[in-house]
Amino acid sequence: MDKIIFFDSTLRDGSHAVSHKIAASEIKNYCRKIDDAGLHTVIVGHGNGLGASSLQVGLSALTDDEMLKTAKKELKKTKLGAFLIPGFGTIKDDINPAIDNGVDLFCVAIHCTEADVTRQHIEYVRKKGKDAYGILMMYHMAPKERLLEEALKMQSYGAIGVVLMDSAGASTSQMVSETVRFLSDNLDIKVGFHGHNNLGLAVSNSLIAIQSGAVIIDGTLRGFGAGAGNCQLEVLAGLLSKLKIETGLDLYKMMDVSDDVVSKMMKLPQEITSVSLISGLAGVFSGFANNVKKTAVRFGVDPRDIFMELGRRKMVAGQEDFIVDVAMYLANKKGSEEESYDIESLL
Amino acid sequence: MKKVKVGIIGTGNIGTDLLIKIQRSEFLECGIFAGKNKESKGIKKALSLGVKVSFDSIKAIEKDPNCCDIVFDATSAKVHLYNAPILKKLKKYTIDLTPSQVGKMCVPAINLDECLNLNNVNLITCGGQATIPVIFAIMKVHPETEYIEIVASISSKSAGSGTRVNIDEFTQTTRDAIVQFTGVKKVKAIIVLNPAEPPVLMHNTIYAKIEKPNIAKLQFEIMEMAKKIQKYVPGYKIKLGPVAENERVTTMIEVVGLGDFLPKYSGNLDIITCAAVNVAEEYAKKKIFKKEK
Repeated sequence: MDKIIFFDSTLRDGSHAVSHKIAASEIKNYCRKIDDAGLHTVIVGHGNGLGASSLQVGLSALTDDEMLKTAKKELKKTKLGAFLIPGFGTIKDDINPAIDNGVDLFCVAIHCTEADVTRQHIEYVRKKGKDAYGILMMYHMAPKERLLEEALKMQSYGAIGVVLMDSAGASTSQMVSETVRFLSDNLDIKVGFHGHNNLGLAVSNSLIAIQSGAVIIDGTLRGFGAGAGNCQLEVLAGLLSKLKIETGLDLYKMMDVSDDVVSKMMKLPQEITSVSLISGLAGVFSGFANNVKKTAVRFGVDPRDIFMELGRRKMVAGQEDFIVDVAMYLANKKGSEEESYDIESLL
Repeated sequence: MKKVKVGIIGTGNIGTDLLIKIQRSEFLECGIFAGKNKESKGIKKALSLGVKVSFDSIKAIEKDPNCCDIVFDATSAKVHLYNAPILKKLKKYTIDLTPSQVGKMCVPAINLDECLNLNNVNLITCGGQATIPVIFAIMKVHPETEYIEIVASISSKSAGSGTRVNIDEFTQTTRDAIVQFTGVKKVKAIIVLNPAEPPVLMHNTIYAKIEKPNIAKLQFEIMEMAKKIQKYVPGYKIKLGPVAENERVTTMIEVVGLGDFLPKYSGNLDIITCAAVNVAEEYAKKKIFKKEK
């Protein structure tokens, strides 16, 4: 079996949990302490990646440059990674500066059926001599045959590996084992898995992914991340050591950073709230959670109804503007007897 | 009244949609429908309409320059770079539907008159056509606006291979055009493809950061602008807003296509072909009017 490598998205996915307000001191402290824990890459940035600080998703406290520079100074043994969704970030505005700031590895991510828009970026990153991985987000929305087709495209562009993102935490164990097995049997490149915990399965699904052929695991310390959070990496590390699967991870070090650093970055404990549970069942991007909660209050509707309606409309990552659209639709439905219903009266 | 002849280069979705729209025009007729692909559905459509076709692309116009006065280029940015100097030499009024950035950027609701006096105009991107006029209206009321952001969502089915392979150019061209037309200092453009079935309609959200927004005035100017656009893009609609939440003013636009050659959900393609036909008709009217005088 290939050695399993770990992508640490604590400072990227965790950004969603604190509305993209991670401080430079936190990045510095985290990177300094996690550097010799045996992780392959630490991914740093806004939750939706480079160039994603926006009114649509949320404004970052720091610029991409500040975040990457701060992290790069502290990472000596671990690669610095960046996340990029084409359509949010571009080569000129975002990839080039990121390379100048010392990024070693890029995760080029897109909705799982749209891999052809990653071609420019994967090819460019590879040409620049950096590592490029293809990320298929919201993988639960497509059958495995289609996912393979999309992953093969990324392979042909030069991706070193393809990571399936269970962005909504909507996976059952069986979905993970069947999909990961099918992809790893049919691709020449590495297959990875990024879990979310909406249905309480993030660690378990990551283990099942490994048992089904995945050799990249993407998760976060303490599960710090969007919605119900991610695969808690130190828990998975402990579980793997119990199963005598070699990882090269320093469990105590990870626990220390989780307790001493990550716990203090969190605004709320990483738990599965009812809203996150519904988001998993509806199959909606976990990163929507904070926006959905705020919008529900603003329009006086149930956040769970917003998630269910977003799921029905098959909204994908990056479509936060439809949260307001859906909330307004639900509010209108509620008050449909009033003919001259005015949205401004709700504000 | 004699109609003005147009040539269409590119027999794909966009070219064929233009062809059908031109059949309805009082001022335009299609003199040549030229491409390279003998098997394209567009060629079959053109033949069924009795339109002259060619597989020689630009060469068809070089060989018979009298076949048209106006040329629509619906090929690709790369091909237009080759075609543009030839069309200039032949003195053809050129309407470029590729993201080549050769000619002056044109949004009919804003700078049509100026564009009629040039020889090559470019229609930017669908996101640009949909959002620039509204941003223009916002800037009219609040010239102090410092930041504008647009999110264009289009259905996967209506995003052709050109858009997909060049998504970076699409994003950046849209952004640059917004800056150029409206003068706002900082602009961000976001493009999202959605694969849902049935396909989603083209949807655009505009966020403006305005300290003290005058919503009534914004509403008036945006609605006036929408009326102007609806004259040439009938499926253009302000779906929500403008509404303010703290300093964020949100306006949403939906574009339903006419359903000519492309399905109704392809509002993103329809807005470009509608704008192109509008420019061509206005150019033709000027020409006809001049002759009659």
